[in-house]
Amino acid sequence: MNTCAQTLVSPPALPAVASDSPARRLPGDLAIWFFILAELLAFGAFFIAYAFARANNVELFNEQQLALDRNAGALNTILLLTSSYFVVRAVQAAEAGQGRRAATWIAGGFACGAGFIVVKLFEYTAKFAAGVSLSSSTFHMFYLVLTFFHFMHVILGLVILAALWNGARKGRYSPGNMNGIETGAAYWHMVDLVWLILFPLVYVMR
Amino acid sequence: MKYSSQSVAMPYFIAAIGLFVGQIIFGLAMGLQYVVGDFLFPEIPFNVARMVHTNLLIVWLLFGFMGATYFLIPEEAETELYSPKLALLMFWIFLIAGAATILGYLLVPYSTLAEMTGNNILATMGREFLEQPLITKIGIVIVALAFLFNITMTMLKGRKTVISIVLLMGLWGLAIFFLFSFYNPGNLVKDKFYWWWVVHLWVEGVWELIMAAILAFVLIKVTGVDREVIEKWLYVIITLALVTGLIGTGHHYFWIGTPSYWQWLGSIFSALEPIPFFAMTVFAFNMVNRRRREHPNKAAVLWALGTGVMAFLGAGVWGFLHTLAPVNYYTHGSQITAAHGHMAFYGAYVLVVLTIISYAMPLLRGRAANGERAQVCEMWAFWLMTISMVFITLFLTAAGILQVWLQRVSDTPMPFMAVQDQISLFYWMRLWAGVVFAAGLVTYLASFFVKGDSKPLIHA
Repeated sequence: MNTCAQTLVSPPALPAVASDSPARRLPGDLAIWFFILAELLAFGAFFIAYAFARANNVELFNEQQLALDRNAGALNTILLLTSSYFVVRAVQAAEAGQGRRAATWIAGGFACGAGFIVVKLFEYTAKFAAGVSLSSSTFHMFYLVLTFFHFMHVILGLVILAALWNGARKGRYSPGNMNGIETGAAYWHMVDLVWLILFPLVYVMR
Repeated sequence: MKYSSQSVAMPYFIAAIGLFVGQIIFGLAMGLQYVVGDFLFPEIPFNVARMVHTNLLIVWLLFGFMGATYFLIPEEAETELYSPKLALLMFWIFLIAGAATILGYLLVPYSTLAEMTGNNILATMGREFLEQPLITKIGIVIVALAFLFNITMTMLKGRKTVISIVLLMGLWGLAIFFLFSFYNPGNLVKDKFYWWWVVHLWVEGVWELIMAAILAFVLIKVTGVDREVIEKWLYVIITLALVTGLIGTGHHYFWIGTPSYWQWLGSIFSALEPIPFFAMTVFAFNMVNRRRREHPNKAAVLWALGTGVMAFLGAGVWGFLHTLAPVNYYTHGSQITAAHGHMAFYGAYVLVVLTIISYAMPLLRGRAANGERAQVCEMWAFWLMTISMVFITLFLTAAGILQVWLQRVSDTPMPFMAVQDQISLFYWMRLWAGVVFAAGLVTYLASFFVKGDSKPLIHA
């Protein structure tokens, strides 16, 4: 905490300072890491609450979990992982001085993220039609709140990716100027990471 | 003072302090009524004293926020205020309306006041903290709109900084959420549900933006740390505040008739609400440790650091104490709530307003900082008020724990009033801590009149 706080006050010339020792450099802006940790803490608190609620009612959770659409969940996992891969390629392209090529990779990442949203909307429509609501059961409450909270993060992530795409097209990112693209990429990977825990926890593990 | 129109902040600050004194007088009276039930009865019964105590708090904090804004925005926007005359006019309207409302509470029975002020046209009265008559509420909206118009126009013609944008977002949010005070559904559950949209979304939502912006402004001024660094912190803090605070409203929805999923949502999100306050504490200390200049106004730095610490303790820690639904099942509406309320309001909002007053007042009076003796006096006031508030909180917490035990946990639960008798010792001690607080407030007032060699303004 203290180190975080201290680094945060150093001038935004972080990347330049860090180029001396590339292995130890923190990618992106420190503020985003602070933010990511807080986000992980929020999701972590949710996961722990889920575990407690499930332990008190294993049967209900198992039964209603079976009714979830695991195929849609798996498809979304693939979409997010692919999207993260594209964003990694975008960062690599920018680091290699191919700022404009990064834009293409980011567009690919955006498309996969948008695909996630579409799949999720179909899933929600089916669930709502089946009478799933926040009050229909504790499991449904967790299912809806967790996935919706994550859903909102995907939307925010897409806004960030759109901004990165715009920046990359204008050639804003280059080996000496990676702060923006790394910051956005770090956020997007966090969205992916949370899903990688959420999907098995809510859809699969019994 | 860099822009002459900043001087409109002065009457706002003076009014804020004056109403603060009134708030404490009624607080003391009520503290005594806790243990001597018929004190001032029937002239000022407990419920009236409580209404005046809480309403004065809200009004003086609003005066403080408005004064802070009038001081801060011209400097941030690097331009004179759009209309200083409008600001002064609104000051008098707000002050007169506020005073008339308080006199209404004190002089006529509440039901008569309701009849006199058109509550039969649109019933908005009778709800805790939102007791104001309809005409006062409409007046508040008019003053708020004129104020926001004035500030927004000033910002539009000048420099737009992160601090001023965050402050403006907070102020607009404050005005918008106040509109829910006009919505008063007959269903008691719905009534409470939307009532919290004013009360909670103010103090654990948009007010946090106002607080963070004011604190950031003062910290830039007294530490000389780069604006970029401070702005980055501000972004992180306000995002955390909104992410946790908005859905954190759910912690008020336990056991009042709302769906039970609120117990989960409220518990989880509000358990995270201490994080932005902790970030604010780290922020304040870090900026002061990294300062690039020794600002002559030491008192302002002390108030700023105090805000960070006390807001975290009062809003963060004392909020967390009873925010989890299984805990709140026992503590709901007990003295634990009162303990949290006192320290949170003092730590977060009283202190942030006193911080900006401490920073701005000497400048408004034409000097960089007050003289040594005046500052020492002001710091004494800080410690007296802060330490006595810690004791008020501790005594109320002890009272609350005992109350919850005797009334709700024990195998032979006692009735409410019998429990109140049992815990009266703590109420006495709270009252004495309140007397020390009042002494601190008198010291604070005195600090404005201490003569001495003030630090001259140096125009850099």
